[in-house]
Amino acid sequence: MAMQEQAERLVDGRAAEVAPRVARRMRGLSDRSIAWIFITPTIALLLAINIFPLIWAIRLSFTNYKSNLGHLPIKFVGLANYVDILTDEDVWHGMQVTARFVVSSIALQVVIGFGLALLINRGFRSHGFWTTVILVPMMLSPAVVGNFWTLLLQPQIGPFNYVVGFLSGVPPRSFSMIGDVALAPWTIVLVDSWMWTPYVMLICLAGLRSIPDYIYEAAEVDRASPWRQFWSITLPMVLPFLMLAVLFRAIEAFKMFDLVNLLTSGGPGSTTELASITLKREAFEKWRTGYSSAFAIILFVTVFGAANIYVKTLNRVKRR
Amino acid sequence: MSALTTAHSVVAASPRAKAIAGFFVIAYALMSIAPLLWIGATAFKLPSDAIAYPPKFLFEPSLEGYVNLFTVRTRQTPDFIASLPPAETWYDKLVRSRNMVIAGPSKVAPRFMNSIIIGFGSTFLAVFLGTISAYAFSRFRVPLADDLLFFILSTRMMPPVAVAIPIYLMYRELGLTDTRVGMILLYTAVNVSLAVWLLKGFMDEIPREYEEAALVDGYTRLQAFRQAVLPQAVTGIAATAIFCLIFSWNEYAFALLLTSGDAQTMPPFIPFIIGEGGQDWPAVAAATTLFLTPIVLFTVLLRKHLLRGITFGAVRK
Repeated sequence: MAMQEQAERLVDGRAAEVAPRVARRMRGLSDRSIAWIFITPTIALLLAINIFPLIWAIRLSFTNYKSNLGHLPIKFVGLANYVDILTDEDVWHGMQVTARFVVSSIALQVVIGFGLALLINRGFRSHGFWTTVILVPMMLSPAVVGNFWTLLLQPQIGPFNYVVGFLSGVPPRSFSMIGDVALAPWTIVLVDSWMWTPYVMLICLAGLRSIPDYIYEAAEVDRASPWRQFWSITLPMVLPFLMLAVLFRAIEAFKMFDLVNLLTSGGPGSTTELASITLKREAFEKWRTGYSSAFAIILFVTVFGAANIYVKTLNRVKRR
Repeated sequence: MSALTTAHSVVAASPRAKAIAGFFVIAYALMSIAPLLWIGATAFKLPSDAIAYPPKFLFEPSLEGYVNLFTVRTRQTPDFIASLPPAETWYDKLVRSRNMVIAGPSKVAPRFMNSIIIGFGSTFLAVFLGTISAYAFSRFRVPLADDLLFFILSTRMMPPVAVAIPIYLMYRELGLTDTRVGMILLYTAVNVSLAVWLLKGFMDEIPREYEEAALVDGYTRLQAFRQAVLPQAVTGIAATAIFCLIFSWNEYAFALLLTSGDAQTMPPFIPFIIGEGGQDWPAVAAATTLFLTPIVLFTVLLRKHLLRGITFGAVRK
């Protein structure tokens, strides 16, 4: 007991001694050193968790390494993995599936999202409340929600088929949104759009609200038709916002994994097998680490390249 | 009132145009919220009602889904159940009426705990690092600031499955696979890019005069930061924290590929809640409801800052 008290007193004494010394030292810090002290931890963390593994992956992408058979000697195979991937028909098929998914889901989200934003912007009663309701799906976990959609879309027991059947007269048991080769690619677009249309809507809404009233007033004075006002005022002024939304959505859709992995896991066949799902199979089911590292690098380069081109275009539009 | 809920726009629409707009928007809102209501309702269905054809819109509510979610049960013969001492609790009774006996708690509580610990741990770290970095980027002339900021953002563009491959190998070497520490570090790294970008925007909006006055009064830089800037940034920090928390809470790919038990969070766990013969839908729905409800509340809380958060601070209003 006595010893513990003594120890505590000792520690307290130390702390009291140290505190002013640290403070004195900190007072001497120049703004420049504070800036570095404040930024370095973030950069260090990103280097350790993102860049170092990336460099490791680049190195592995030139080998035939299999991480489940780590004891085997690692053989350098040069560019063989890259050549294999870029000449593999399945990979190209996967890229096509991904591209189709990205383009069709963004198109749907832009049309509905922009439409909703235009409607909400008319400012009917209680539009604030309903806007919040619409925003809820995009904040939820795609995996958890995607898992539940498999029940909603069951042909036998799911309410989706039942409601569609009720409205259209098609027998609810006659089609399967997840199991049908022709429907499955549209199912992932549909569920993705259910989640992310609000995203496009919210950004478009901000764009619409950024247009000052006097421009429309001037157009009214000039007797411009509503149609004309839309094409020469609304659309051009919202365009930078819309393009930003498209950029963010495109990157996210290209990376898409969670929702689709739970909804269809790439099936039926490989009709919904997006790049990320192929990558997961190669890396974590077949354990072809070298091969999948090369695939990962190719995906990085694609995202960065596309994003860079897009940002440049975006800036050009903004300047105009 | 937030900027988004106050209508100010345009040469005002006619009452009829407003009514039409209202009709379509409310119809869309109801349609998009319907799947979530179905999840909430399924949680209170009996397993047989959950998978009935045609789908049941009206049903007798039951807590069996929630009981099944939190317990592990074994099937017993009626004779054995009759030989047991009488059931003490309502859930014991409920389970026994299905010819089963509760064998113990399920794994859902520890998985939920993992979600909470990893979520809050990574949020705290990301917001701490983000706040000081954002302050430095906002107030000091940092060489190559634009390049560093772009670098920070670009780390977020990588597909998670692609990042997981080398992380998996690195964590295996370091013994961090399936540990909370490993997941916290990983989520911190992903969140810090958002935190820096968002908080830089918030800090830029705080007038410099406050700290300059403090500096003139003899405060050091750090004291001025703590006492003049931080109190002003509280709202921004809170909003950023909620965004980070939501990301960690919802994340699936890393959790699926890098955890299997001890550190597994809810998203990879929920699809594996199975009963006798396939997914136990009421239990899955119960887990989903418990998991999603906090996020719905956060969304309402965040309403004013939502736009900023989802665009990395690119759109502010």
